[in-house]
Amino acid sequence: MTVESTAARKPRKRSTGARKASPKASPGAPQSEPELVQLLTPEGKRVGHAENAVYDEYVAGITPEELRGLYRDMVLTRRFDAEATSLQRQGELGLWASLLGQEAAQIGSGRATRPDDYVFPTYREHGVAWCRGVDPTNLLGMFRGVNHGGWDPNSNNFHLYTIVIGSQTLHATGYAMGLAKDGADAAVIAYFGDGASSQGDVAESFTFSAVYNAPVVFFCQNNQWAISEPTEKQTRVPLYQRAQGYGFPGVRVDGNDVLACLAVTRWALERARRGEGPTLVEAFTYRMGAHTTSDDPTRYRLDDERLAWEAKDPILRLRTYLESENHADEGFFAELEAESEALGKRVRERVRAMPDPDHFAIFENVYADGHALVDEERAQFAAYQASFADGEGA
Amino acid sequence: MAVEKMALAKAINESLRTALETDPKVLIMGEDVGKLGGVFRVTDGLQKDFGEDRVIDTPLAESGIVGTAIGLALRGYRPVVEIQFDGFVFPAYDQIVTQLAKMHARSLGKVKLPVVIRIPYGGGIGAVEHHSESPEALFAHVAGLKVISPSNSSDAYWMMQQAIQSDDPVIFFEPKRRYWDKGEVDTEAIPGQLHKARVVRPGSDLTLVAYGPMVKVCVEAAAAAQEEGKSLEVLDLRSMSPIDFDSVQTSVEKTGRLVVVHEAPVFLGTGAEIAARITERCFYHLEAPVLRVGGYHAPYPPARLEEEYLPGLDRVLDAVDRSLAY
Repeated sequence: MTVESTAARKPRKRSTGARKASPKASPGAPQSEPELVQLLTPEGKRVGHAENAVYDEYVAGITPEELRGLYRDMVLTRRFDAEATSLQRQGELGLWASLLGQEAAQIGSGRATRPDDYVFPTYREHGVAWCRGVDPTNLLGMFRGVNHGGWDPNSNNFHLYTIVIGSQTLHATGYAMGLAKDGADAAVIAYFGDGASSQGDVAESFTFSAVYNAPVVFFCQNNQWAISEPTEKQTRVPLYQRAQGYGFPGVRVDGNDVLACLAVTRWALERARRGEGPTLVEAFTYRMGAHTTSDDPTRYRLDDERLAWEAKDPILRLRTYLESENHADEGFFAELEAESEALGKRVRERVRAMPDPDHFAIFENVYADGHALVDEERAQFAAYQASFADGEGA
Repeated sequence: MAVEKMALAKAINESLRTALETDPKVLIMGEDVGKLGGVFRVTDGLQKDFGEDRVIDTPLAESGIVGTAIGLALRGYRPVVEIQFDGFVFPAYDQIVTQLAKMHARSLGKVKLPVVIRIPYGGGIGAVEHHSESPEALFAHVAGLKVISPSNSSDAYWMMQQAIQSDDPVIFFEPKRRYWDKGEVDTEAIPGQLHKARVVRPGSDLTLVAYGPMVKVCVEAAAAAQEEGKSLEVLDLRSMSPIDFDSVQTSVEKTGRLVVVHEAPVFLGTGAEIAARITERCFYHLEAPVLRVGGYHAPYPPARLEEEYLPGLDRVLDAVDRSLAY
């Protein structure tokens, strides 16, 4: 299935129109009808100018070209993601964690960052990586098993993927504390999910960032599922409300609305840069695929739920909007289709060409200043390997 | 000031002061390290002189302390964090083992995390539960960490200087019952290598290897043995990762006998590793099996029992006698 055919598919279920948009929802509000910041409805209708003026102003002047850019980012990210899933099925990758369905949350927030901001991702932020200019094939090295990441975080101010959930929120907070000490005019954004929201490290990062007024945005993609556990297993209150207890604002945004995600994240990052401290953004979205390629969601959730979310597809709604406003023509979509296929091909070829690491990579970079035991064991390993070479030569 | 006699805690304090003065990127972080100067006063006066921005009282959350220190190091700082007591480090264990230790390798060398974690450790001060433990082996087992412990004031000063200058994360175990022991510190000396063991007392009949609080016990044991005509060589290991096996080997090749002493439980401890390596390296020089003296495979006992649990002079000499009896 190509991206364009996915994006062009008609929604199966129409929602009843624009939701009442307010960042404040009462505790215990049903998760199925959350109140959230929305600027573009699932039907592709631009809303929220009045109700969400505080956020709307951050995208008020957005140009058709910028809108097409957001659309392009989402389509290409989805195409890259689909290619990676295929590569796993073909045995080229050991594992893949798909972002399918979360494109708007990632592109909207990612495009809100400036080059001098710093991003701390989980392991699923392929769309954010794309926005930061990280070469997509770099992300595949760890899923192929040739390294544990390995890109230079400082090249794009995009930290390594973090697999143990929630740990990076503390690194983000520490980095933000450093920015504040340096008097830098930049901010940090920390990604995590609904599952990680239960981790102690996330709670501690809220405490530290609040106490030190650190310039950090906590961007929680609530994709409803932590592998097999629904959000109800993590929390009794909507996640964004947790911020209140720590003394900083929390906002829930429609995570499938790229405009709203862009606006709210820009707002939160600006607050941070102005020295007003941390913000929690809960992007309410949905993990359309499995947790990873090793997961089987049919064991724990009904397909109806996925179909209902398909009607809120982030790419489809922006396409509808672009078309209804005549912001994009057939030529644009056709060109993007071709670009997507070219990206898929490029990723495929580069992954297949990715060499296995040298055996001695095991001993590389264990320490910055060296370590006697590593040197000793490297020498033993070399001697062991050389013993086979001798045998072959005999 | 060049040579001055000072307590071990004061030597660390002076070393931190020097680091704060010479490198604007050095930060001190921890619980009660500011106004109070730490529960053992190791950071006494530092916040007053360097400000709250550089000597930081943190929330009471050890994982948060180490996790934010990692973030600060990513931003170019060199945090020296204090874990208030040995038994309080475990909430931070995940950040230390999973994040701090591995970042340099997983970034293929592009990220360095020069973080020092100070941990007052060991027993002998009559403390309550969780205040007397020796968890060094749990850190030495982890690749990516360096683990050291000074036994005297001079080492405390210089090893802290070198730990802060290291681009690797260093776990700095401070022998809390020796905090008040005085010794000479030459702040203008040229320090030796950080991870090299030191012969504290030469001898010819048996080698005693110890580090941190047990060095003093071993020196006393050697003096007592001398009166009985036995010549014991005492080696201060100083570093548990990496371990200077070469120096241990040199000594054992001379004496033929080795006893390793530490407060930590013997089972799977530093002594076990030394015994295995030295047996391999010195098999034909050994006159007796390598013996170990240390804590038991039991939770650290209540204070009224700790003298029975901790290796003291007599338990060390008992092991010496058993070794010499082969």
